[in-house]
Amino acid sequence: MKTWFDSLSPRALFGLALVAVALLALPFVAALGGQAWVRIVNFAILYAFLALGLNIVVGFAGLLDLGYIAFYAVGAYIWALLASPHFGLHLPFWAILPLGALLAGVAGALLGAPTLKLRGDYLAIVTLGFGEIVRIFINNLNAPVNITNGAQGITLIDPVAVADFKFNTTSTILGITFTGPQKYYYLLVLLALGVILVNYRLQHSRIGRAWQAIREDEIAAKAVGINTRNVKLLAFAMGASFGGIAGGIFAAMQGFVSPESFSLIESVMILAMVVLGGMGHIPGVILGAVLLTVLPEALRYAVVPVQKALFGEVLADPESLRMLVFGLALVLVMRFKPAGLWPSAERRRELAEKVK
Amino acid sequence: MDIFLQQIINGLVQGSIYAMVALGYTMVYGIMGLINFAHGEVVMIGTLVAITVVTFTLKLGFPVWLAGATGIAAAAAVCMALGWSLERIAYRPLRNAPRLTPLITAIGMSIVLQNVAMMVWGRNYMTFPSLVEKTQFEFGGAAFTSVQVMIVLVASISMGGLLFLVYRTRLGMAMRATAQNPAVAGLMGVNANRVIASAFVIGSALGAIAGVMVGTYYEIAHYQMGFMLGLKAFTAAVLGGIGNLAGAMAGGVLLGLIEALGAGYIGDLTGGFLGSHYQDIFAFVVLIGVLMFRPSGLFGEKTGDRA
Repeated sequence: MKTWFDSLSPRALFGLALVAVALLALPFVAALGGQAWVRIVNFAILYAFLALGLNIVVGFAGLLDLGYIAFYAVGAYIWALLASPHFGLHLPFWAILPLGALLAGVAGALLGAPTLKLRGDYLAIVTLGFGEIVRIFINNLNAPVNITNGAQGITLIDPVAVADFKFNTTSTILGITFTGPQKYYYLLVLLALGVILVNYRLQHSRIGRAWQAIREDEIAAKAVGINTRNVKLLAFAMGASFGGIAGGIFAAMQGFVSPESFSLIESVMILAMVVLGGMGHIPGVILGAVLLTVLPEALRYAVVPVQKALFGEVLADPESLRMLVFGLALVLVMRFKPAGLWPSAERRRELAEKVK
Repeated sequence: MDIFLQQIINGLVQGSIYAMVALGYTMVYGIMGLINFAHGEVVMIGTLVAITVVTFTLKLGFPVWLAGATGIAAAAAVCMALGWSLERIAYRPLRNAPRLTPLITAIGMSIVLQNVAMMVWGRNYMTFPSLVEKTQFEFGGAAFTSVQVMIVLVASISMGGLLFLVYRTRLGMAMRATAQNPAVAGLMGVNANRVIASAFVIGSALGAIAGVMVGTYYEIAHYQMGFMLGLKAFTAAVLGGIGNLAGAMAGGVLLGLIEALGAGYIGDLTGGFLGSHYQDIFAFVVLIGVLMFRPSGLFGEKTGDRA
């Protein structure tokens, strides 16, 4: 049987091997700068995962979703409720993760259903409102029945564990010592590879073509017999279920969730990753996610020493300067590269035609 | 009954603030079909500028009315400059870009403005010095203050002024023409850039006044206050039919009333399960409801499939 693997040239195979080695070695290289950097790399992958999930909705189907973080929140809270002392439940991860994905998917379809007729800015605003509603509920569902523990959040969440193998502790395997974050790294890479694969397969599937058709011209898509309602709902549900999985892993990794992690700015951040990288283009989206997670962290380390060297004192606190740079970057990239930093060849062509 | 009347009064006051901010959204949307996401931040900066100026002038020994006037003037000047620069930096270069692009730059600008405000004014809540002697009035068992009266009054005057400007002056005519058809308006000698810039400037000036209102009403301000206010004002604009001036005013007042009555009665309606801290939910539920059943808003004309 001929697979995609056979179609690769020796050069491509070599490149693939290099990437694989780099991915395997990365947590140890990052650890040279301290475990904090391993965590940053982990978050970069988690955000790439999220961005790829949102890419299904925004990039493929062209549905502008500003409430994506709500599904991440659903996944995170399902994990937190089912695997923490809060309700005294400690279900295993292979029971919670699919459940989180499923419920987030249902939430996605529920959000999608009323918005089917909306497009563009209006859709963005409605999804934004939906995200806020979810956040307000999470923030306030602690009375009269305490479900989410309100603004305090839920602590002591179980880590990911397979049998007795826990992902949050240091352990030695085959003579190599892996720290907790490093173990999570490999889990995240595996999940990310999974979502990349799904994204690739979807893009070139019948469904992917249908999404593209809807994105380009919804009325024409309907005219050629695409069931736009179902296809759109599917996009919302699939994107949401990926958000749910990422949320579950986030809760387990942090051991703590609170409504603060699911504010609108997070939705915006993930949308920015998709748009900045290059909507609908998988490598671009990954690039956007990695850049927007790693660069601000790097800035956090650079801002204080640079200010000290220049002015002899710290004038602006790193956090706000970081966000300031982030905001400016959004404006500048949109100004000079409206298709994103790494657009797909197809999109670049479309834009070039428009300029003519 | 007195709770009902009280909530109506509170809703009217809050609603006039929403209406003032909503006008900024609706003017820009009406003319160029763009949601100026950073408008809430413009309002926030107006409030903070007013606080700084009023506090400073009071310290210099200005009489209260003069300090207040200086504060409003300063806030308006800063906001107008801000609105104008926003349009130049973030929106004008992208006028022909896909719709998502200006949306992202708008979000970018709102992040920038929030963080600049945080650097300048700090993270803490700031108190707004009182400008109006606060006397309490009674009416049918409900209480209201002179500050509330002032807010409704100033809002009505500003909105009247705006209506005059849009329907009785040359600039207003140019604005209406551009909103209807930019290309034909251009052929008739309307300078689209000037019209769009003036929509931003006027909207921002109204936003500055709204900012001073928020400040005097709640007596505190914060660098993050703009975002939620902006969202609700946008909701008000959608509710009234975006692009429609009178609609934005009505939508603002209506949203204020819905919120106040909702917050007042939600506890009773749900048997105590949901409390008044769910107040913020009403705006979004209303927004989703309106867009689902009447996307053109309560007072808007059907524009087809524009958005």
